Amino acid sequence: MMPGNDDDGSDESRADASGEIRLPATLEASGPVPEKAEIVIVGGGVMGLAIAYYLARRGLDDVVVLERGYLAEGASGRNGGGVRQQWSTEINIRLMQESVDLCRRFAVDVGVNVWFRQGGYLFLARSAKEVARLEKNIAIQNKCGVATRMLEPVAAQEIVPELDLTGIVGAAYNPTDGILFPWPFLWGYARQAAAHGVRIFTQTAVTQLTATEDGGFTVDTPRGTVRARRVINATGAWSPKLAKLIGVDVPTYPIRHEICSSEPLKPFLRPMVSELSSGLYCSQSMRGEIVGGVTVPGHGSTYAMGSTLEFLATYARRLVKLMPILGDIKILRQWAGPYDQSPDGNPIVGASPEHPNFFLACGFVGHGFMMAPIVGKLYAEWLTGGAKHEIFERYTLARFRDGSAAAHEKEDFNIG
Amino acid sequence: MAGKIVLCRCEDVTLSDLEHCVHRGYLDIEEVKRYTGFGTGPCQGKECLAPMATQLARLTGKQPAKIPPFTSRPPLAPTPIKILARAPDAHRFEDDTE
Repeated sequence: MMPGNDDDGSDESRADASGEIRLPATLEASGPVPEKAEIVIVGGGVMGLAIAYYLARRGLDDVVVLERGYLAEGASGRNGGGVRQQWSTEINIRLMQESVDLCRRFAVDVGVNVWFRQGGYLFLARSAKEVARLEKNIAIQNKCGVATRMLEPVAAQEIVPELDLTGIVGAAYNPTDGILFPWPFLWGYARQAAAHGVRIFTQTAVTQLTATEDGGFTVDTPRGTVRARRVINATGAWSPKLAKLIGVDVPTYPIRHEICSSEPLKPFLRPMVSELSSGLYCSQSMRGEIVGGVTVPGHGSTYAMGSTLEFLATYARRLVKLMPILGDIKILRQWAGPYDQSPDGNPIVGASPEHPNFFLACGFVGHGFMMAPIVGKLYAEWLTGGAKHEIFERYTLARFRDGSAAAHEKEDFNIG
Repeated sequence: MAGKIVLCRCEDVTLSDLEHCVHRGYLDIEEVKRYTGFGTGPCQGKECLAPMATQLARLTGKQPAKIPPFTSRPPLAPTPIKILARAPDAHRFEDDTE
Protein backbone atom coordinates (compact mmCIF):
# COMPACT_ATOMS: atom_id res chain seq x y z
CA MET A 1 0.00 0.00 0.00
CA MET A 2 1.35 3.40 -0.92
CA PRO A 3 -1.12 6.24 -0.43
CA GLY A 4 1.05 8.65 -2.39
CA ASN A 5 1.37 6.55 -5.48
CA ASP A 6 0.30 9.07 -8.06
CA ASP A 7 1.96 7.31 -11.02
CA ASP A 8 -1.03 7.01 -13.30
CA GLY A 9 0.98 5.74 -16.28
CA SER A 10 0.68 9.04 -18.15
CA ASP A 11 3.48 10.07 -20.49
CA GLU A 12 5.11 12.35 -17.91
CA SER A 13 6.61 9.16 -16.43
CA ARG A 14 9.67 8.13 -18.40
CA ALA A 15 12.29 5.44 -18.16
CA ASP A 16 15.92 6.47 -17.62
CA ALA A 17 18.95 4.72 -19.17
CA SER A 18 18.69 1.79 -16.77
CA GLY A 19 15.05 1.22 -17.65
CA GLU A 20 13.86 2.54 -14.28
CA ILE A 21 10.73 4.68 -14.32
CA ARG A 22 11.64 8.15 -13.10
CA LEU A 23 8.83 10.52 -12.17
CA PRO A 24 9.29 14.28 -12.68
CA ALA A 25 9.71 16.33 -9.50
CA THR A 26 6.66 18.01 -8.02
CA LEU A 27 8.56 19.81 -5.25
CA GLU A 28 11.78 21.81 -5.16
CA ALA A 29 13.43 21.25 -1.81
CA SER A 30 16.65 23.01 -2.86
CA GLY A 31 17.88 25.61 -5.35
CA PRO A 32 17.03 29.31 -5.69
CA VAL A 33 13.52 30.72 -5.88
CA PRO A 34 12.69 32.70 -9.07
CA GLU A 35 13.30 36.46 -9.10
CA LYS A 36 9.68 37.32 -9.76
CA ALA A 37 6.19 35.87 -9.95
CA GLU A 38 2.71 37.18 -10.60
CA ILE A 39 1.43 35.51 -7.44
CA VAL A 40 3.29 34.14 -4.42
CA ILE A 41 1.24 31.83 -2.25
CA VAL A 42 2.68 31.36 1.24
CA GLY A 43 1.74 28.01 2.76
CA GLY A 44 1.94 24.52 1.26
CA GLY A 45 -1.24 23.26 2.86
CA VAL A 46 -4.47 22.30 1.17
CA MET A 47 -5.70 25.89 0.88
CA GLY A 48 -2.59 27.26 -0.83
CA LEU A 49 -2.25 24.25 -3.11
CA ALA A 50 -5.94 24.29 -4.06
CA ILE A 51 -5.65 27.96 -5.04
CA ALA A 52 -2.43 27.24 -6.99
CA TYR A 53 -4.05 24.31 -8.78
CA TYR A 54 -7.13 26.26 -9.86
CA LEU A 55 -5.06 29.32 -10.89
CA ALA A 56 -2.92 27.10 -13.11
CA ARG A 57 -5.99 25.38 -14.52
CA ARG A 58 -7.30 28.82 -15.50
CA GLY A 59 -4.05 29.65 -17.28
CA LEU A 60 -2.32 31.71 -14.59
CA ASP A 61 0.81 29.63 -14.08
CA ASP A 62 3.29 32.34 -13.02
CA VAL A 63 2.72 31.23 -9.45
CA VAL A 64 5.18 30.31 -6.71
CA VAL A 65 4.18 28.39 -3.57
CA LEU A 66 6.48 28.79 -0.56
CA GLU A 67 6.20 26.20 2.24
CA ARG A 68 8.24 26.75 5.39
CA GLY A 69 8.59 23.03 6.18
CA TYR A 70 7.28 20.00 4.35
CA LEU A 71 3.99 19.70 2.49
CA ALA A 72 1.03 19.17 4.84
CA GLU A 73 3.12 19.95 7.92
CA GLY A 74 0.32 22.02 9.48
CA ALA A 75 -3.36 21.31 9.99
CA SER A 76 -3.78 19.91 6.44
CA GLY A 77 -1.81 16.84 7.45
CA ARG A 78 -3.34 16.54 10.90
CA ASN A 79 -7.13 16.63 10.45
CA GLY A 80 -9.75 13.89 10.51
CA GLY A 81 -10.73 14.11 6.82
CA GLY A 82 -14.40 14.88 7.41
CA VAL A 83 -16.41 16.54 4.63
CA ARG A 84 -19.92 17.58 5.65
CA GLN A 85 -22.79 19.76 4.55
CA GLN A 86 -24.44 19.88 7.99
CA TRP A 87 -23.76 23.51 8.94
CA SER A 88 -25.83 26.22 10.58
CA THR A 89 -25.49 29.02 8.00
CA GLU A 90 -26.77 28.98 4.44
CA ILE A 91 -23.50 30.25 2.98
CA ASN A 92 -21.43 27.46 4.56
CA ILE A 93 -23.99 24.80 3.57
CA ARG A 94 -23.95 25.95 -0.06
CA LEU A 95 -20.14 26.15 -0.16
CA MET A 96 -19.89 22.62 1.23
CA GLN A 97 -22.41 21.26 -1.30
CA GLU A 98 -19.99 22.42 -4.00
CA SER A 99 -16.96 21.08 -2.13
CA VAL A 100 -18.57 17.63 -1.86
CA ASP A 101 -19.14 17.68 -5.63
CA LEU A 102 -15.47 18.54 -6.18
CA CYS A 103 -14.39 15.73 -3.81
CA ARG A 104 -16.52 13.25 -5.74
CA ARG A 105 -14.80 14.26 -8.98
CA PHE A 106 -11.31 14.63 -7.50
CA ALA A 107 -9.92 11.27 -8.62
CA VAL A 108 -11.04 11.93 -12.20
CA ASP A 109 -10.09 15.63 -12.33
CA VAL A 110 -6.75 15.40 -10.51
CA GLY A 111 -5.72 11.79 -11.07
CA VAL A 112 -5.14 10.75 -7.48
CA ASN A 113 -7.25 8.45 -5.34
CA VAL A 114 -8.19 10.33 -2.16
CA TRP A 115 -10.24 7.46 -0.75
CA PHE A 116 -13.38 9.59 -0.60
CA ARG A 117 -16.33 7.70 0.86
CA GLN A 118 -19.83 9.11 1.37
CA GLY A 119 -21.03 7.21 4.42
CA GLY A 120 -22.94 10.14 5.89
CA TYR A 121 -22.62 12.06 9.16
CA LEU A 122 -24.68 11.11 12.20
CA PHE A 123 -24.92 13.78 14.94
CA LEU A 124 -26.25 12.52 18.27
CA ALA A 125 -28.16 14.63 20.80
CA ARG A 126 -28.40 13.93 24.53
CA SER A 127 -30.77 16.77 25.45
CA ALA A 128 -33.90 18.52 24.12
CA LYS A 129 -31.79 21.64 23.68
CA GLU A 130 -29.40 19.79 21.38
CA VAL A 131 -32.33 18.35 19.41
CA ALA A 132 -33.70 21.88 18.95
CA ARG A 133 -30.29 23.03 17.70
CA LEU A 134 -30.14 20.19 15.17
CA GLU A 135 -33.73 20.82 14.02
CA LYS A 136 -33.03 24.50 13.47
CA ASN A 137 -29.98 23.67 11.34
CA ILE A 138 -31.79 20.94 9.40
CA ALA A 139 -34.47 23.41 8.30
CA ILE A 140 -31.76 25.59 6.72
CA GLN A 141 -29.98 22.57 5.23
CA ASN A 142 -33.21 21.24 3.68
CA LYS A 143 -33.89 24.67 2.17
CA CYS A 144 -30.50 24.42 0.43
CA GLY A 145 -31.29 20.94 -0.87
CA VAL A 146 -29.30 18.89 1.65
CA ALA A 147 -31.40 15.89 2.67
CA THR A 148 -30.54 15.86 6.40
CA ARG A 149 -33.30 14.42 8.60
CA MET A 150 -33.98 13.89 12.29
CA LEU A 151 -33.96 10.29 13.44
CA GLU A 152 -35.35 8.62 16.53
CA PRO A 153 -32.59 6.91 18.54
CA VAL A 154 -33.64 3.43 17.32
CA ALA A 155 -33.38 4.59 13.70
CA ALA A 156 -29.86 5.87 14.40
CA GLN A 157 -29.05 2.44 15.81
CA GLU A 158 -30.18 0.83 12.57
CA ILE A 159 -27.40 2.78 10.83
CA VAL A 160 -24.84 2.15 13.60
CA PRO A 161 -25.85 -1.04 15.52
CA GLU A 162 -22.88 -0.59 17.90
CA LEU A 163 -24.48 2.51 19.53
CA ASP A 164 -25.50 2.37 23.20
CA LEU A 165 -28.70 4.44 23.16
CA THR A 166 -28.69 5.20 26.89
CA GLY A 167 -29.18 8.96 27.15
CA ILE A 168 -29.52 9.51 23.40
CA VAL A 169 -32.70 11.43 22.57
CA GLY A 170 -32.34 12.12 18.84
CA ALA A 171 -30.00 12.27 15.86
CA ALA A 172 -29.42 14.20 12.64
CA TYR A 173 -28.34 12.20 9.61
CA ASN A 174 -27.26 13.26 6.15
CA PRO A 175 -26.23 10.33 3.96
CA THR A 176 -24.17 12.36 1.46
CA ASP A 177 -21.58 13.72 3.91
CA GLY A 178 -18.32 11.80 3.83
CA ILE A 179 -14.67 11.35 4.69
CA LEU A 180 -11.45 11.40 2.71
CA PHE A 181 -7.76 10.72 3.23
CA PRO A 182 -6.20 14.21 3.55
CA TRP A 183 -2.60 13.59 2.46
CA PRO A 184 -3.17 12.44 -1.16
CA PHE A 185 -5.42 15.44 -1.67
CA LEU A 186 -2.35 17.69 -1.31
CA TRP A 187 -0.14 15.53 -3.51
CA GLY A 188 -2.79 15.61 -6.21
CA TYR A 189 -3.13 19.39 -6.20
CA ALA A 190 0.66 19.81 -5.97
CA ARG A 191 1.38 17.45 -8.81
CA GLN A 192 -1.21 18.96 -11.17
CA ALA A 193 -0.24 22.53 -10.25
CA ALA A 194 3.43 21.70 -10.94
CA ALA A 195 2.53 19.96 -14.21
CA HIS A 196 0.81 23.20 -15.28
CA GLY A 197 3.85 25.35 -14.44
CA VAL A 198 3.46 26.32 -10.78
CA ARG A 199 6.71 26.07 -8.80
CA ILE A 200 6.41 24.66 -5.29
CA PHE A 201 9.27 25.21 -2.85
CA THR A 202 9.43 23.23 0.38
CA GLN A 203 11.79 23.98 3.30
CA THR A 204 11.52 27.64 2.30
CA ALA A 205 10.45 30.01 5.07
CA VAL A 206 9.42 33.59 4.38
CA THR A 207 11.78 35.71 6.48
CA GLN A 208 10.60 39.15 5.38
CA LEU A 209 7.70 40.58 3.44
CA THR A 210 7.92 44.16 2.20
CA ALA A 211 5.37 46.25 0.32
CA THR A 212 6.90 48.04 -2.68
CA GLU A 213 5.92 51.37 -4.26
CA ASP A 214 4.32 49.71 -7.28
CA GLY A 215 1.74 48.02 -5.06
CA GLY A 216 3.55 44.67 -5.07
CA PHE A 217 5.85 42.94 -2.63
CA THR A 218 9.30 41.54 -2.13
CA VAL A 219 9.26 38.16 -0.42
CA ASP A 220 12.57 37.23 1.23
CA THR A 221 13.55 33.61 1.85
CA PRO A 222 16.87 31.92 2.63
CA ARG A 223 16.82 30.79 -1.03
CA GLY A 224 16.50 34.25 -2.49
CA THR A 225 13.96 37.03 -2.92
CA VAL A 226 10.86 36.87 -5.11
CA ARG A 227 9.23 40.05 -6.38
CA ALA A 228 5.49 39.40 -6.45
CA ARG A 229 2.61 41.47 -7.76
CA ARG A 230 0.22 39.70 -5.39
CA VAL A 231 0.72 37.62 -2.24
CA ILE A 232 -1.76 35.15 -0.76
CA ASN A 233 -1.48 34.28 2.93
CA ALA A 234 -2.52 30.61 3.18
CA THR A 235 -0.53 29.77 6.30
CA GLY A 236 -3.48 28.60 8.40
CA ALA A 237 -2.85 29.03 12.10
CA TRP A 238 0.36 30.94 11.33
CA SER A 239 -1.53 33.62 9.33
CA PRO A 240 -1.22 36.37 11.99
CA LYS A 241 2.57 35.94 12.02
CA LEU A 242 2.96 36.30 8.26
CA ALA A 243 0.53 39.24 8.11
CA LYS A 244 2.42 40.96 10.91
CA LEU A 245 5.49 41.17 8.65
CA ILE A 246 3.74 43.92 6.65
CA GLY A 247 1.87 45.39 9.59
CA VAL A 248 -1.50 43.71 9.01
CA ASP A 249 -3.31 42.57 12.15
CA VAL A 250 -5.17 39.27 11.64
CA PRO A 251 -7.33 38.45 14.69
CA THR A 252 -7.09 34.64 14.46
CA TYR A 253 -5.28 32.48 17.00
CA PRO A 254 -4.12 28.85 17.17
CA ILE A 255 -6.00 26.30 19.28
CA ARG A 256 -4.53 22.83 19.60
CA HIS A 257 -6.88 19.96 18.82
CA GLU A 258 -5.85 16.36 19.36
CA ILE A 259 -6.86 13.29 17.38
CA CYS A 260 -5.97 9.60 17.32
CA SER A 261 -6.12 6.53 15.14
CA SER A 262 -6.79 2.86 15.93
CA GLU A 263 -5.49 -0.33 14.43
CA PRO A 264 -7.15 -1.14 11.07
CA LEU A 265 -10.39 -3.12 11.30
CA LYS A 266 -12.74 -4.78 8.84
CA PRO A 267 -15.19 -2.13 7.49
CA PHE A 268 -18.21 -1.86 9.81
CA LEU A 269 -18.84 1.82 10.56
CA ARG A 270 -20.62 3.60 7.71
CA PRO A 271 -21.13 7.21 8.86
CA MET A 272 -18.97 9.66 10.76
CA VAL A 273 -20.51 9.57 14.25
CA SER A 274 -20.44 12.71 16.39
CA GLU A 275 -21.91 13.61 19.78
CA LEU A 276 -22.74 17.25 20.47
CA SER A 277 -22.36 17.22 24.26
CA SER A 278 -18.68 16.23 24.25
CA GLY A 279 -17.59 17.07 20.71
CA LEU A 280 -16.70 13.40 20.27
CA TYR A 281 -16.38 12.30 16.65
CA CYS A 282 -15.10 9.16 14.99
CA SER A 283 -15.16 7.58 11.57
CA GLN A 284 -13.68 4.57 9.87
CA SER A 285 -11.21 5.49 7.16
CA MET A 286 -10.80 3.52 3.94
CA ARG A 287 -7.65 2.13 5.57
CA GLY A 288 -9.91 0.58 8.22
CA GLU A 289 -8.68 2.71 11.12
CA ILE A 290 -11.07 4.40 13.54
CA VAL A 291 -9.98 8.04 13.47
CA GLY A 292 -11.47 10.39 16.03
CA GLY A 293 -11.26 13.14 18.59
CA VAL A 294 -13.10 14.87 21.39
CA THR A 295 -13.25 18.39 22.85
CA VAL A 296 -10.80 18.92 25.69
CA PRO A 297 -11.46 22.49 26.78
CA GLY A 298 -9.32 25.04 28.49
CA HIS A 299 -5.78 24.94 27.12
CA GLY A 300 -5.81 28.41 25.53
CA SER A 301 -3.99 29.64 22.48
CA THR A 302 -0.80 27.75 21.63
CA TYR A 303 1.34 26.50 18.80
CA ALA A 304 2.49 23.57 20.96
CA MET A 305 1.55 20.39 19.13
CA GLY A 306 2.34 17.80 21.79
CA SER A 307 -0.01 14.95 22.72
CA THR A 308 -1.68 14.46 26.10
CA LEU A 309 -3.01 11.53 28.13
CA GLU A 310 -5.90 13.81 29.13
CA PHE A 311 -7.11 13.78 25.52
CA LEU A 312 -6.65 10.06 25.04
CA ALA A 313 -8.42 9.23 28.31
CA THR A 314 -11.30 11.61 27.53
CA TYR A 315 -11.74 10.23 24.02
CA ALA A 316 -11.57 6.62 25.23
CA ARG A 317 -14.04 7.26 28.04
CA ARG A 318 -16.60 8.92 25.79
CA LEU A 319 -16.14 6.42 22.97
CA VAL A 320 -16.81 3.36 25.17
CA LYS A 321 -19.81 5.15 26.67
CA LEU A 322 -21.24 5.64 23.17
CA MET A 323 -20.04 2.40 21.54
CA PRO A 324 -19.01 -0.06 24.29
CA ILE A 325 -17.86 -2.74 21.85
CA LEU A 326 -15.01 -0.47 20.69
CA GLY A 327 -13.35 -0.88 24.11
CA ASP A 328 -11.36 -3.82 22.83
CA ILE A 329 -9.80 -2.11 19.81
CA LYS A 330 -6.32 -0.66 20.19
CA ILE A 331 -5.10 2.90 19.68
CA LEU A 332 -2.00 3.00 17.46
CA ARG A 333 -1.09 6.67 17.63
CA GLN A 334 -2.24 10.13 18.63
CA TRP A 335 -1.20 13.55 17.36
CA ALA A 336 -2.34 17.17 17.36
CA GLY A 337 -2.91 20.06 14.97
CA PRO A 338 -3.88 23.73 15.20
CA TYR A 339 -7.33 25.15 14.47
CA ASP A 340 -6.98 28.66 13.04
CA GLN A 341 -9.63 30.16 15.30
CA SER A 342 -11.40 33.33 14.15
CA PRO A 343 -13.36 35.57 16.54
CA ASP A 344 -16.75 34.87 14.92
CA GLY A 345 -16.18 31.29 13.71
CA ASN A 346 -16.17 32.39 10.07
CA PRO A 347 -13.17 32.53 7.70
CA ILE A 348 -11.22 35.60 6.61
CA VAL A 349 -10.77 35.89 2.84
CA GLY A 350 -10.23 38.63 0.28
CA ALA A 351 -7.74 41.50 0.26
CA SER A 352 -6.49 43.24 3.38
CA PRO A 353 -7.63 46.86 3.79
CA GLU A 354 -4.03 48.15 4.00
CA HIS A 355 -2.68 46.30 0.97
CA PRO A 356 -5.13 45.55 -1.86
CA ASN A 357 -2.71 42.97 -3.30
CA PHE A 358 -2.25 41.06 -0.04
CA PHE A 359 -4.92 38.36 0.15
CA LEU A 360 -6.00 36.19 3.07
CA ALA A 361 -7.29 32.63 3.22
CA CYS A 362 -7.43 31.96 6.94
CA GLY A 363 -9.63 31.59 10.01
CA PHE A 364 -11.28 28.35 8.90
CA VAL A 365 -11.63 27.01 12.47
CA GLY A 366 -10.86 23.36 11.79
CA HIS A 367 -12.86 23.01 8.59
CA GLY A 368 -10.38 24.54 6.16
CA PHE A 369 -9.66 21.19 4.62
CA MET A 370 -13.22 20.48 3.56
CA MET A 371 -13.69 24.08 2.41
CA ALA A 372 -10.45 24.24 0.41
CA PRO A 373 -11.68 22.72 -2.87
CA ILE A 374 -14.46 25.29 -3.34
CA VAL A 375 -12.55 28.21 -1.80
CA GLY A 376 -9.55 27.46 -4.04
CA LYS A 377 -11.79 27.37 -7.09
CA LEU A 378 -13.62 30.60 -6.20
CA TYR A 379 -10.36 32.40 -5.37
CA ALA A 380 -8.82 31.42 -8.70
CA GLU A 381 -11.92 32.52 -10.62
CA TRP A 382 -11.87 35.91 -8.94
CA LEU A 383 -8.11 36.51 -9.26
CA THR A 384 -8.17 35.64 -12.96
CA GLY A 385 -10.88 38.18 -13.74
CA GLY A 386 -13.91 35.94 -13.23
CA ALA A 387 -16.80 36.31 -10.85
CA LYS A 388 -16.19 37.62 -7.31
CA HIS A 389 -18.11 35.33 -4.97
CA GLU A 390 -19.96 36.88 -2.03
CA ILE A 391 -17.54 35.29 0.49
CA PHE A 392 -14.97 37.85 -0.64
CA GLU A 393 -17.38 40.69 0.24
CA ARG A 394 -18.76 39.16 3.40
CA TYR A 395 -15.84 37.43 5.13
CA THR A 396 -13.34 40.26 4.89
CA LEU A 397 -10.73 41.28 7.41
CA ALA A 398 -12.38 44.73 7.41
CA ARG A 399 -15.48 43.31 9.12
CA PHE A 400 -13.63 43.17 12.43
CA ARG A 401 -12.66 46.83 12.16
CA ASP A 402 -15.86 48.53 10.95
CA GLY A 403 -18.15 46.53 13.22
CA SER A 404 -19.95 44.72 10.38
CA ALA A 405 -18.87 41.30 11.72
CA ALA A 406 -21.79 41.44 14.15
CA ALA A 407 -24.22 41.72 11.24
CA HIS A 408 -23.31 38.27 9.89
CA GLU A 409 -24.69 34.97 11.09
CA LYS A 410 -22.29 33.27 13.45
CA GLU A 411 -21.45 29.70 12.51
CA ASP A 412 -22.24 27.64 15.62
CA PHE A 413 -21.51 24.18 14.28
CA ASN A 414 -17.73 23.92 14.62
CA ILE A 415 -17.18 20.51 16.22
CA GLY A 416 -14.19 18.75 17.74
CA MET B 1 14.14 -5.55 -8.44
CA ALA B 2 13.56 -2.50 -6.20
CA GLY B 3 9.84 -3.29 -6.41
CA LYS B 4 10.49 -6.57 -4.61
CA ILE B 5 12.59 -5.20 -1.74
CA VAL B 6 10.15 -4.57 1.11
CA LEU B 7 11.25 -1.86 3.57
CA CYS B 8 8.04 -1.55 5.62
CA ARG B 9 6.23 -4.83 6.19
CA CYS B 10 3.16 -3.40 7.94
CA GLU B 11 2.26 -1.18 4.98
CA ASP B 12 3.99 -3.02 2.10
CA VAL B 13 6.31 -0.15 1.17
CA THR B 14 9.09 -1.17 -1.23
CA LEU B 15 12.40 0.39 -2.22
CA SER B 16 10.78 1.26 -5.55
CA ASP B 17 8.05 3.20 -3.71
CA LEU B 18 10.75 5.16 -1.87
CA GLU B 19 12.54 5.92 -5.17
CA HIS B 20 9.31 7.31 -6.69
CA CYS B 21 8.77 9.39 -3.57
CA VAL B 22 12.30 10.88 -3.77
CA HIS B 23 11.98 11.56 -7.51
CA ARG B 24 8.83 13.55 -6.83
CA GLY B 25 10.78 15.74 -4.40
CA TYR B 26 9.36 14.40 -1.13
CA LEU B 27 12.67 14.21 0.77
CA ASP B 28 11.95 14.94 4.44
CA ILE B 29 11.49 11.76 6.53
CA GLU B 30 8.10 13.14 7.68
CA GLU B 31 7.08 13.61 4.03
CA VAL B 32 8.31 10.13 3.16
CA LYS B 33 6.20 8.70 6.00
CA ARG B 34 3.08 10.42 4.69
CA TYR B 35 3.74 9.81 0.99
CA THR B 36 4.55 6.12 1.27
CA GLY B 37 2.60 5.28 4.43
CA PHE B 38 5.68 3.66 5.98
CA GLY B 39 5.67 3.57 9.77
CA THR B 40 1.90 4.01 10.09
CA GLY B 41 1.07 0.35 10.73
CA PRO B 42 1.10 -1.72 13.91
CA CYS B 43 4.88 -1.32 14.49
CA GLN B 44 4.66 2.49 14.16
CA GLY B 45 8.15 2.60 12.67
CA LYS B 46 9.93 0.52 15.28
CA GLU B 47 10.99 -1.98 12.61
CA CYS B 48 11.06 0.05 9.39
CA LEU B 49 12.41 3.47 10.37
CA ALA B 50 16.09 2.51 10.26
CA PRO B 51 16.04 0.72 6.87
CA MET B 52 13.93 3.50 5.34
CA ALA B 53 16.28 6.21 6.71
CA THR B 54 19.32 4.28 5.46
CA GLN B 55 17.92 4.08 1.94
CA LEU B 56 16.74 7.70 2.05
CA ALA B 57 20.29 8.76 2.95
CA ARG B 58 21.65 6.74 0.03
CA LEU B 59 19.11 8.12 -2.49
CA THR B 60 19.42 11.77 -1.42
CA GLY B 61 23.15 11.79 -0.65
CA LYS B 62 22.42 13.15 2.82
CA GLN B 63 24.56 12.27 5.83
CA PRO B 64 22.61 9.74 7.94
CA ALA B 65 23.05 12.08 10.92
CA LYS B 66 21.05 14.72 8.98
CA ILE B 67 18.01 12.42 8.90
CA PRO B 68 16.39 12.47 12.34
CA PRO B 69 13.64 9.94 13.12
CA PHE B 70 10.07 11.05 12.47
CA THR B 71 8.08 12.31 15.47
CA SER B 72 7.34 9.44 17.82
CA ARG B 73 3.62 9.27 18.65
CA PRO B 74 2.08 7.93 21.86
CA PRO B 75 1.07 5.39 23.02
CA LEU B 76 4.34 3.46 23.19
CA ALA B 77 2.56 0.24 22.16
CA PRO B 78 -0.95 -0.35 20.76
CA THR B 79 -3.26 0.08 23.76
CA PRO B 80 -6.91 -1.06 24.18
CA ILE B 81 -9.41 1.79 24.45
CA LYS B 82 -11.05 0.26 27.55
CA ILE B 83 -7.76 0.56 29.45
CA LEU B 84 -7.30 4.18 28.41
CA ALA B 85 -10.92 4.86 29.43
CA ARG B 86 -10.04 4.00 33.04
CA ALA B 87 -7.21 6.56 33.24
CA PRO B 88 -8.06 9.22 35.85
CA ASP B 89 -6.88 12.00 33.51
CA ALA B 90 -10.15 12.32 31.55
CA HIS B 91 -11.97 15.61 31.32
CA ARG B 92 -15.48 15.33 32.81
CA PHE B 93 -18.45 16.72 30.86
CA GLU B 94 -21.78 17.80 32.35
CA ASP B 95 -23.42 14.57 31.25
CA ASP B 96 -20.68 12.31 32.63
CA THR B 97 -22.42 10.45 35.42
CA GLU B 98 -19.89 8.48 37.45
